[in-house]
Amino acid sequence: MPEIKQRAELGRKKKATFGRDLNLEEFSRQGGAWEYDPDYRQFSPEERSRLLATGIELTDEDHAGTFLLADKAIVHCQTRQPGVEVLPITEAASRHDWVKDLLWGLVAVDADKYTAAAELDLDNGYFIRALPGAQISQPVESCLYLRTDRFAQHIHNLVVVEEGASLHIITGCATHPGVISGLHVGVSEFYVKKGGRLTFTMVHNWGKEVHVRPRTAVMVEEGGTYVSNYILLRPVKSVQMYPTVTLNGEGAVARMQSIVIAHPGSELDIGGRVILKAPHTRAEIIARTLALGGVSIARGHLVGLAPDIKAHLECRGLILGNGVVYAMPELEGRVVGVDMSHEAAVGKIAAEEVEYLMARGLDEDEAVSTIVRGFLNVKIEGLPPALEEEMEQAIQESGKGL
Amino acid sequence: MLEIDDLWVNIDDKEVLKGINLRVPVGETHILFGKNGSGKSSLLMTIMGFERFAVKQGRISFLGQDITQLPIYERARLGLGLSFQRPPTIRGVKTADVLRVCSRGAIVPEVLAAAYDFTQFLDREINYGFSGGELKRSELLQLLAQNPKMALLDEPESGVDMENLQVVGAIIAKLLQKERRPQAREKSGLIITHTGFIMDYVNADKGYILLEGRLLCSGNPRDILQDIKRFGYEECTRCRR
Repeated sequence: MPEIKQRAELGRKKKATFGRDLNLEEFSRQGGAWEYDPDYRQFSPEERSRLLATGIELTDEDHAGTFLLADKAIVHCQTRQPGVEVLPITEAASRHDWVKDLLWGLVAVDADKYTAAAELDLDNGYFIRALPGAQISQPVESCLYLRTDRFAQHIHNLVVVEEGASLHIITGCATHPGVISGLHVGVSEFYVKKGGRLTFTMVHNWGKEVHVRPRTAVMVEEGGTYVSNYILLRPVKSVQMYPTVTLNGEGAVARMQSIVIAHPGSELDIGGRVILKAPHTRAEIIARTLALGGVSIARGHLVGLAPDIKAHLECRGLILGNGVVYAMPELEGRVVGVDMSHEAAVGKIAAEEVEYLMARGLDEDEAVSTIVRGFLNVKIEGLPPALEEEMEQAIQESGKGL
Repeated sequence: MLEIDDLWVNIDDKEVLKGINLRVPVGETHILFGKNGSGKSSLLMTIMGFERFAVKQGRISFLGQDITQLPIYERARLGLGLSFQRPPTIRGVKTADVLRVCSRGAIVPEVLAAAYDFTQFLDREINYGFSGGELKRSELLQLLAQNPKMALLDEPESGVDMENLQVVGAIIAKLLQKERRPQAREKSGLIITHTGFIMDYVNADKGYILLEGRLLCSGNPRDILQDIKRFGYEECTRCRR
């Protein structure tokens, strides 16, 4: 048995460090046998609307590539622009010998039972690569879709941005409107080579009893840039993730932004870690959490291992209703010459702010929405218009009934 | 324009206004003097309708309508505007957005800001890190955008340097239509001032002294200010009682 499989076997029952422990046997591994759909014809208007709200437009137009996996079936996979390659991970592994050397290069296969499950019982995943020097102007759209209730989806993704290349991926993870429960396990490993740039925008829109366990690690080489945007606006049972970015080459940059709303019944444990290993690297983590009755743990960890690095962590939580926000920023400097800072604040909307705006003519709901919109005002470029509308709707709804 | 009859107001269990009677006719600007803690800001906040200021007795009417129980935003929409003494910071909400809100979309913030050298603040979070003078200019530009029929100005010149005082004075004069003949003015103002500096830029019609929640004196605002400077508040109120 190859070493990876052996390690996965050993990790099969290992609990994750954070998040509630899940019994994987409570989920089904019987996904639907969905057929390949070159024209997206099998999607009902209801599904289309839900996917649109997740940033998934279900069109090949205006996209450099598209990828859609429903349960365990590849439903759509297209490459539209030269310089970019989009494949199912299983196919990429057979097409490129070197792919298997990158898999499990950044995430430990035996990290916990979820990584082990992704190796031992893989469904599929995407492989997206920008060729050396390629400036991919349009985003690649990927969608990981739970279409069968109680299904446990096991995904392994690989992204490679070659030297000097630039790529934007929008990935929407969602459930069918009729799906309430399920599990999504998604291992993602991203390699940003020298001078490359990857912008990765991930939108989650799950059913309210769905558990989500992403396991993401990113390696950025000299002069490379990694920008991550994470958006979670709708109810979900639990999300636990702690993506780790390693800035491995001089001058590499990482910026991680997240906007999450914790609805009643949601347990969110969402972190971000950047390890600054090389001189003159820079990192910024910006987290905005809105608690609407759920529990949200916002972790952030910056590790300075080289001189002349600069890193900042900003974690702000706004509590509306009975939510709970734990903000846990950590700074770890290990050499002379690091410049690291953090700002964390958790609070409720101040009555004087609401009344201030009311004195300008806004009614109470409008005033609260304006404040919430300001709170969530993190600049994310290149969002599809439908997703911006979805954000606006979530903001409007969040202020209701205070 | 504004009529207040026998107004009694509490903050929690403490009486802060005790039987205020006040009339501000259309087109007139009145000045409120008084020591710190005498109830001046409480009066403006009560007129605007802030929840903390509980009306125990009396009536406030504006443009002939009883507004004593109206929520803040309805008073604002009727035409009352307040410039805050210490406005709150709202993180993430840009000054330009608030200017847009104030005018209900009727003005272009960039044009308004350019006219008063405020362009560099449009993209900044409202009131965040503003100096005293910047806060006052921001407040007054918001009122210009709101275009109220009656402006309630809480110490518009405090913390403002001499250079900016001129700008602040010019904005207030515009708000209150001071460029028009008195009979042609349609806007009214009620201004709190400690120093009276603002009266160099804005002609006021009437002044009052508020002491311990009671209006004890009224008259020509310049005469009142002169007396306050010469004799202090205690003597002044004794004399004019």
